[in-house]
Order: sequence, then structure tokens, then C-alpha cells
Amino acid sequence: MNHYAWWKNLLIALVLLLGGLFALPNLYGTDPALQISGLRGRGMDAATADQVTAALKAGGVPHLGSTLTPESLTVRFADTNEQLRAQDTLREKLGEDFTVALNLVPASPQWLTALHAQPMFLGLDLRGGVHFLLEVDTAAAVRAAEDRLVDDLRQLLREDKLRYEWVRRFTDGEQTGIDLRMRAAGDMDKAEALIARSHPELLVEASADDSHRLIGRLGDAYRLEVGRLALQQNITTLRNRVNELGVAEPVVQQQGNSRIIVQLPGVQDTARAKEVLGATATLEFKLVDEEHDLDAALAGRLPPGSRLYRMRDRGQILIKDRAILTGEYITDASSGFDQQSGGAVVHVSLDGRGAGIFERVTGDNIGRRLAVVFIEQKSETVRQPDGRSVRRTSRSEEVITAPVIQDRLGRRFQITGMESATEARNLALLLRAGALAAPLSIVEERTVGPSLGKENIEKGVRAVQAALLLVVLFMAIRYRTLGMIANIALAGNVVLILAVMSLLQATLTLPGIAGIVLTLGMAVDANVLINERIREERRNGNSPQASIASGYERAFGTILDANVTTLLAGLLLFIFGSGPVKGFAVTLSIGIVTTMFTAVLVTRAMVNLIQPRGRRATAIARS
Amino acid sequence: MAEPQFKVDFMRYAPVMLALSGVLILVSILSLAVRGLNFGIDFTGGTLVEVQYPAPVELQAVEAGLMARGLKGAVVQYFGTRSEVLVRIPGNIVGSTGEISSRVLDALHGADLGKVTLQRVEFVGPQVGEELVTSAALALLYALLAIGAYVAFRFEYRFAIGAIVSLGHDAIVTVGFCSLIGLEFDLTVVAAVLTVIGYSINDTVVIYDRIRENFPRMRKASTREIINRSVNETMTRTIATTATVVLALLPLVLFGGDAIHSFSLAMLIGVVAGAYSTIYVASWSLLPTGLSAKDMLIPAKEGAHTTP
Repeated sequence: MNHYAWWKNLLIALVLLLGGLFALPNLYGTDPALQISGLRGRGMDAATADQVTAALKAGGVPHLGSTLTPESLTVRFADTNEQLRAQDTLREKLGEDFTVALNLVPASPQWLTALHAQPMFLGLDLRGGVHFLLEVDTAAAVRAAEDRLVDDLRQLLREDKLRYEWVRRFTDGEQTGIDLRMRAAGDMDKAEALIARSHPELLVEASADDSHRLIGRLGDAYRLEVGRLALQQNITTLRNRVNELGVAEPVVQQQGNSRIIVQLPGVQDTARAKEVLGATATLEFKLVDEEHDLDAALAGRLPPGSRLYRMRDRGQILIKDRAILTGEYITDASSGFDQQSGGAVVHVSLDGRGAGIFERVTGDNIGRRLAVVFIEQKSETVRQPDGRSVRRTSRSEEVITAPVIQDRLGRRFQITGMESATEARNLALLLRAGALAAPLSIVEERTVGPSLGKENIEKGVRAVQAALLLVVLFMAIRYRTLGMIANIALAGNVVLILAVMSLLQATLTLPGIAGIVLTLGMAVDANVLINERIREERRNGNSPQASIASGYERAFGTILDANVTTLLAGLLLFIFGSGPVKGFAVTLSIGIVTTMFTAVLVTRAMVNLIQPRGRRATAIARS
Repeated sequence: MAEPQFKVDFMRYAPVMLALSGVLILVSILSLAVRGLNFGIDFTGGTLVEVQYPAPVELQAVEAGLMARGLKGAVVQYFGTRSEVLVRIPGNIVGSTGEISSRVLDALHGADLGKVTLQRVEFVGPQVGEELVTSAALALLYALLAIGAYVAFRFEYRFAIGAIVSLGHDAIVTVGFCSLIGLEFDLTVVAAVLTVIGYSINDTVVIYDRIRENFPRMRKASTREIINRSVNETMTRTIATTATVVLALLPLVLFGGDAIHSFSLAMLIGVVAGAYSTIYVASWSLLPTGLSAKDMLIPAKEGAHTTP
């Protein structure tokens, strides 16, 4: 009665074997490495790989070996110090066309990698890095959409020769919308029909108190859609920016309706990370107003259609409102040095449409001055003295340079007047990565230094070892042979947890380690239940074989009930939890499932195997 | 049927034990009302910066450095050794969020006390903190309901009431303990409380299972006798399991490091409370509900022999 069919034993052995195989990469651990990849679609070739090796040799940094793929080159190092030294060396040597990212690569042998057996992903608390939770200001995206609508409507009305007094955006408490006043009451119907036809998303109605006035509001569904699109675009933009930062295995993920999680493993320079993630920078090209007097404008007599701008370093300049070209036409940007002056410049490339406009405008305005306006938007949450949080967006615009147009400018041109090479590099990066569709603010930030991460791993491993040792001793002393069997199953359980986590590429965190330790304690419960049942059956005078059989059978229902309830708690933790709670829930839930397998099936198979149907069964069941 | 190894009239001590539970809960609630919880920045919002200096530093010097940068109200404390310092900036400091951590670091660099190494920065915005409180409370509530529903489905509704009351008892005592000793209450402690619930229900289910099994076996016995016997029969298991879980938790408390210290300590208390409440809250509570053998006539259990 205590024998599994041969296939059942084989299956159990196979599961344990596979578990061992997939848990194995974790034993080898990881090597610090650098991942070098080309920017903007540029691949990696053997020549560049040789260049890297040569640069490392020249810099005196030893490395453990490298792997070349068409996309990137991975070079492994003995420790993080050498890794960081190598990064500095390579960044200097390779320049701007490559990113040199810090990475950790599995140190497992080739045959394991070939099996796609990979070690678990370590959480930021174990490997160091930054975690940001960013909030997207979707209301700002809606405001921007309304601003665009205002421009569209003005143009539309002009084209149809409908004369208006104003078209403008209004804010009335929570309500926002578009306010439109016609010159003549007779144009009202025409305007309304026109808007309904061209912009169905704008719901227009005549104002109750003014016969010349229309009030338009964007529908709720449309507002949601605008917010959703802004979130999506921000995620894309953040991905671009994160890639430019040179981080390996970054995470950029949507959370909820208006939030984005960014995780940057291994990043230490959080200030720079924030700068790059949060900045909304773009360029606009505008003509300098040379017809009007700057001094008069400074005195307060501003000519219509022009505005005063701050000029970098020196005073103010009068510039026409209308933008000739905005940042969205920019397809690529890189920094460099001007051949003649030696100053830092940004090389800009435009798309076809942008190039067309730019060519026409610059051709028409040769001899006049073109201003390059740098627009930066920063958004932050400010806590007021009364405890309320208010989001404040500040927008700064300044003219970087305003050179005289010498010639018709085409698809490619350069912007001079940069303060430093760093500034040129940052601007190029921001232009390349694209603009954010709506301002972002950091609502949560967690950074763990790499040395703390290492310490956390050591402590966690030590705790697991101590817990295992204590539990194993307890079981061996209390239940002798059956206890030893349970211990072997427990070891199998740890291996299986590691294997499942590795297979799922789940993230191991410090609370996750605690979850494993707790699972060990609870896994033993199943065996305690079984073994106590067997003892009880023996005391009731049953034969050893019968006691084992009914001990397993009777305990199973209890074990199932107990584990299902714990699993329920684990799953709820996973669904509602975030951060540490989630990490804990993952290992707890996986642990419960593997426990059911090892504590019941594996121990039973072992009991069967060492108990060939005979009288010697007594020895086990008594102990 | 052989007699169990333990022969204690557990239910005889029930009045005393229930009074003790009452006191524990009262103390917990009082402490929560008077002292409250030492909420970590997960819930309050704010900034926490952990740094390491090459040599021991004086806290006053660090504080002065922060003051010089206008970071008043910062709480500075040693963290482990005298060269490791933890700086907390409460969430109610007026200023732009997200920038505070950089300002703290700047200030520490500026204080000129040797090379500062950043170990950890945590910043949680006030709004996120509020959301975390809500989601944690929801998780707790849903866990209780889900477990109650499962027990009601597998056993009988009166068992579910006992289980939920007992779990609520464990949760309150654990949280009350955190409040009493001023343990920092962060997200990991919420995880600990939920795990305590998971563990305690484990325990409760084992005894309930035995009670259900014993009803048809001991037809002539009173409910009280059946409960007593079931508790006694499972006593060796309860002791063995609690012992192993405590053995597994001790290393976490002792060597797990500060990051999971609150978590493991809360869990340790909860596990002990859970083992106790299984007997004196969950099992006892079946008595006043008037549960009798005829309620248990339908054996609902698979895989077990319910006939004597």
C-alpha cells in the first residue's frame, strides 16, 4: 500500500533534477560587467570590440572576458572597482556614439546559459540602484491639448473669414475649456457648425449671458484619452532617456492611470538620473524682431506680436511670438565642437517636413537674426504650510543664441553658443529623447547604495543558513529517520523555490529572503502533521505500513486546507502590496506551492523507497 | 482509540485566558490610542537618507551641517555604528519634494566630516503615503474576508466566525505590540501582520480539522469535551510547529539586519500570539455558538476517513 507507481517516482525525481538544474545558476552568482552598445541604431562589430580591449589594456584595467553580439559587447570584471574604472576609461575613449552601461551578468558556465538557465533577478535592495515613482500631470496634457485647439480654431475661423474678437482658453475652478467671442452675432451659427464638423471632441454651446459668445468643453472620454496618450508618450520618452543614461536592465512601467515606475539598477548618481528623467526641454526657433526698438520695449511699450526674452548672459532681446519651428521636427541631435571657434555646439537634424519649413523661412530671411529659444519645464510638488500639496510647474525660456542667418539652412545645421561641453551634451540628449507630453513629478524615490546591497545579501544568506540549520536539527532530533527524510525534502524545497523564481525571472528582495525563511519554518509543519499522525496511528495499535499510509492520507486534507488559506493571504499580499510587501508575497506564494510538493510527495516517495515492503518498516514508524 | 499524550482540560482555563486576551487587546488598543504607531516614511511621507562616514562622527556636527542648509527639523541618529548616520526629514517640511534628498547629501558633503558614502535614500510623497495606508488596510480586510469565506465553505459558518475573531485578535495584538515598544511601522510590518494571519489560520485550520473529525467519532461527548480532546491531540504538533517557526525567525531577528528587523520582530510576536489564540480564541469560540454533533453530520472532507 506504500508504493508509488514507477512513473510517479520517476516524475518526482525528474522534477527535483530539473529544479536543481535551474537553481544552479544562482550558485555561480554574477560578475560585474560593462555592456557597450552603439547609439541610434549603430550596431557592434569586431573592430569596435578590439578597440575596447585595446583601451582597457592601455588603461591598465584587467578583465575576465567578453561576449560579442551584433547589438552589444559585454565585458566582465573581477570586482566593481575595476568595473567602475573601466567605465571611466571607456566613456572617455569611445565618446558619444556608444553607451557604456553597468551590468551584472551570470557567471555560470556556457552549458547552463545554453539551457536558458538564468539566476534570479536581484531586487534593488540587494544590488543597489534607484527606484522612482513618477506622477504624470495629465491635467497639463489636457491644457496643452486645449492650447493647440485654440490655435487650430483661430486658423479655421480666419480661413472661413469669420471675424472673432477672441479665442482663448479659460479656467474656472476645476473647469477648463475654450472661450470664443465673435464680432457679429450672425456668424455664431456658422462658427458653431464649423467647430462641430472639424472638432467633434469639443462640445460647444452658446453662452447664456452673451449672444456673441461660445463656450466649448472637451468631453470626458476625450480628456481621459488625452491623459492616456500623454502617459504612453511619457513612458516612451522615459525609455529613451533611460537608455541614454547607460543603465542595464532598466524598468520603465506604467502603474495605475497616471503613474510610471522607473527602476535603474546600479545607478549611483541619482542627481543626474533625476535631471535627465524630469527635465522637459525643447527648442523653438523664432525670428528676432528687428523692426521695433528694444529700449522702448524694455520701457514697457511692447510691440504686438513680440515678446522680450532673456538672452543667455547678456540682457534681453525682442523676439517675435510665432515659432518657425518647434522641437518636434527634430530627429537627431549630437554634441560636438565647432571647427572654427572651438566652442561646444549641438548638431541638429530635422525631419523632411521640418527641413522644408526651415529651408523656406531661412531662405526668405537671409541677413536677419534667428533666435534659438531653449524652453525648460520643471514640475514639482510643493507642500504648503497648511499641509496641502500643490503642484507647481515652472517654465523658463531663454535665448541660447541669435545668429544672423547667412544662408538657406537645410536638414542639418548646428547650434552654437553653448556654455560648456556638458551643457551641449545634455541638450543633445534631451532633444534626441523627445519631449515629455506632460510634466512629471517624483512622488516616491528609493535608492540603495551598492555596498548596502551587498551587505543585505550577506545578512540574508546568513539568516537562511542559520534558520535551515536550526530547523534541520530540530526535525532530526524529534523525528529521527522521518525527520531526516523531511530535512532532505526541505533542502529540495529550497532548491525548487530558487528554481521557480529563476524560471519566472522573479525578483528576489530582502523581504523575499525573509519569505523563504518563513516558508522553511512552515514547510516543516506539513511533515510535523504527517509524522504526528503516523505516531498517533501507531499508538492506536495499527501496523507500521498502515500507520504510514493513513498518516499521509489523513494529514493531507489538513495540509491542503492550511496551505490554501496561507496561499490566499499570499496572493492578496501580491495583489494589494507594493515594494517590499510584493517581494515577500512572491516567495511566500511560490514557497507554499513547492512545499505541498516536497513535503507530501517527495517525503512519501522517500519513505516508500527506504521501506521495502517488509517488517523493517517498524523502525521508521516508531522513531 | 489511544489516549493523546497531552491530557489538559484546556477549556477549564478558558475564563482566565479569555480575560488575559481581553487585557492584551485592551492594552493594545489603549497604546494605539495614546501612543499611536511609530509610522515609517512609507506612511507619513518624507525623506530618509542613510550615509556612511569613514570614521565615527558627532551627531551635532551632522545636524549643524544640515541646519546650515536650512534643513531644520531633521532627525539625526546613529544607525548601527557611530560612523553610520540616518537622517530623517519629516514630510511636513515645506519645500519641493524630490529635491530634498539631494539637498541633504549636499549639506552632508558641505559639512566636511570626511567622505560621505550614500547607503540608502527613501523618499515618499505625502499622497503616496496616504495611498499606502489605504491599500494596506484593504489588503488586511480582504485577507480576513477571503480566509473567512474559505473556512465557512470548507467547515461551517460558525468556524469562520471563530477564525476571523481569532485572526483579528492576532492582528490587534501584533500591531499593539509595535505601538507599545515603538517599533517602526512600515510596509514590511504590514506584510508581517498579514503573514501572522496566514500562519495563525494554518494553526486554526489544523485544530478545526481535528474537531470536525472528532465529532462523529465521539458521539456521546459534549462539544466541550471534543474541543478539549482535539486541542490535546494536536498539541504535540502545535508545539513542534511553533518551535520550528520560532527557530526559523530567530536568525532573522538576530542577523537579518536593520532592513527587516521590525518585520521579523513583529512576526515573532505574532506567531506566538497566533499559537495561543488558536486554542483560546478560535477553538473556544465554538462553545458559545452552540455547535453540536448534529451540525457536523455531513462530512465535508475529502481524502480522510471520517468514520471511526
